[in-house]
Amino acid sequence: MDWYPLVNSLRVALISSVIVFFTGIAAAWYTSKLPTTIKGIIDVILTLPLVLPPTVMGYFLLRLLGPKRLIGAWILENFGVRLSMVWYSAIFASVVVSFPLMYRTARGAFESLDKNLVYSAQILGLSNTYTFWKIIMPYCKKGITAGTILSFARALGEYGATSMISGYTPGRTATISTTVYQLWRTGNDSLAMKWVLINLAISFIVLIAVNIIERGRK
Amino acid sequence: MSLYLDIHKHFRGFKLDVRLDVGNDTLAILGASGSGKSLTLGCVSGIIKPDEGKIILNDKTIFDSKNNINLPPQQRHTGLMFQNYALFPNMTVRENLCISQKSNAAEIDDMLSKFGLERVKDLYPSQISGGQQQRTALARMLLSRPAILMLDEPFSALDSHLRFQMERELLDVFHNFDGTSILVSHNRDEAFRLCERLAIFNNGHIEVEGKKSEVFANPQTRTAAILTGCKNISRAERTGKGKFFATDWGIELQCNKLDDAVKFIGIRMHSITNEIHNENSFECRVAQVIENPFSFTVMLIPKNARENLRPIGWEIEKSLWHKVKNETVNVCLPPESLLLLRD
Repeated sequence: MDWYPLVNSLRVALISSVIVFFTGIAAAWYTSKLPTTIKGIIDVILTLPLVLPPTVMGYFLLRLLGPKRLIGAWILENFGVRLSMVWYSAIFASVVVSFPLMYRTARGAFESLDKNLVYSAQILGLSNTYTFWKIIMPYCKKGITAGTILSFARALGEYGATSMISGYTPGRTATISTTVYQLWRTGNDSLAMKWVLINLAISFIVLIAVNIIERGRK
Repeated sequence: MSLYLDIHKHFRGFKLDVRLDVGNDTLAILGASGSGKSLTLGCVSGIIKPDEGKIILNDKTIFDSKNNINLPPQQRHTGLMFQNYALFPNMTVRENLCISQKSNAAEIDDMLSKFGLERVKDLYPSQISGGQQQRTALARMLLSRPAILMLDEPFSALDSHLRFQMERELLDVFHNFDGTSILVSHNRDEAFRLCERLAIFNNGHIEVEGKKSEVFANPQTRTAAILTGCKNISRAERTGKGKFFATDWGIELQCNKLDDAVKFIGIRMHSITNEIHNENSFECRVAQVIENPFSFTVMLIPKNARENLRPIGWEIEKSLWHKVKNETVNVCLPPESLLLLRD
């Protein structure tokens, strides 16, 4: 059995989780400080990928990153790097689709933050960076961890946008989800079943992890 | 050691307009909720920016809108204890005390023993009692070596027994602190016991400020009278030289000093006597008797006044009330005890 889809799926999901971790938290932190009306508009834009069909997101990505499109052509010309139909194209798809999960859970955590803790830290002379990493982040740890795991799970299960931007090439761009579809389409039912079970196992572990963390919240 | 501030701020339809000059004293700020007390402390500590004005702490300008000075909270070296203490929940008591890094280990251990926190020093804030949380917050504030102490309603989360004990500890803290201390409160008793000066806040500005004994003896305004615990207040209309009519009580009263600015008259419940003088003595009907642990509050309606008037409360010792108890009593509102109040 060729394990490439598992390895590829895991690395795409891991890399996109790391990206989403930082961008989601940064977006949540800065929007939580904005005035209400602007916050509402930005919130809608940042949450949109959660409710749009992944194929619509895939369409947008292709329009931007395809070899003859705005960003894709520029990168190809200046750096000689293709952005579509390669394994790491799936990272773009996973990041866009899982970003709202991280953003929303982190924002919820920041909004429940006791403002007096931040004020106290400032008055006691602590720098804003120290306060963010040593007081705010530990306070919001559970929400942020749950958000990270959820985005990892979403990235792992991403199919629609991924199949459009990185396609399916066995051994090159195949992920678990695109492999299952291809195996089913070509009538290889028993192998498809194996990948389904592997995917189930991973999802199971992830969801149990989320529950354990949620319970730790008391 | 002093604090001078003159600040203005519009905040969600609320107008803050505060001018204050305190020396090396402890000042209590008394005011109803939403009168701008906490906002003022926020402006001094730097977590809230006034629209304009000036704040000078110990001869150092920390805020001046004209010269574009606005030091961040980290550089103001103020001490502010929040109502909910704002202890860092992910840090133990000892770690909370170490946080400002302005004191060495020996000083921290000293502080732990001084506040009786040695046994809980490795516990988290959620694992210790309310009194211990407050001591931790106090110790953390003192260890940051602040130039001023500010406490925002420090006792509101404590039950009355603990409150009394913490009040005594806080009295020591104030006594040993070399600098200005400010206590925000809405409890006149605790303000009186803990502080030397008193500032009465009403709707975003300071109405009365002065020595506590003077403010209690002559509150000057209706709000100050209410906040210093005066329960009997009536509208007043001038009727002649040194005479006026207390509209809500339906009686004419004589008093020594009366000017046109006086709009209300007040008398504290314990200032009323049953010793009969020539002036301001009235026969009153007893409308209601309320028993307190160590006294009675007797609600009186003057005999010849109309019925639908506001009764006057009289606080009287239990033994005395048992002697004079009757359906009608004669009482006197001594002219020197009347509080003459502006609006």
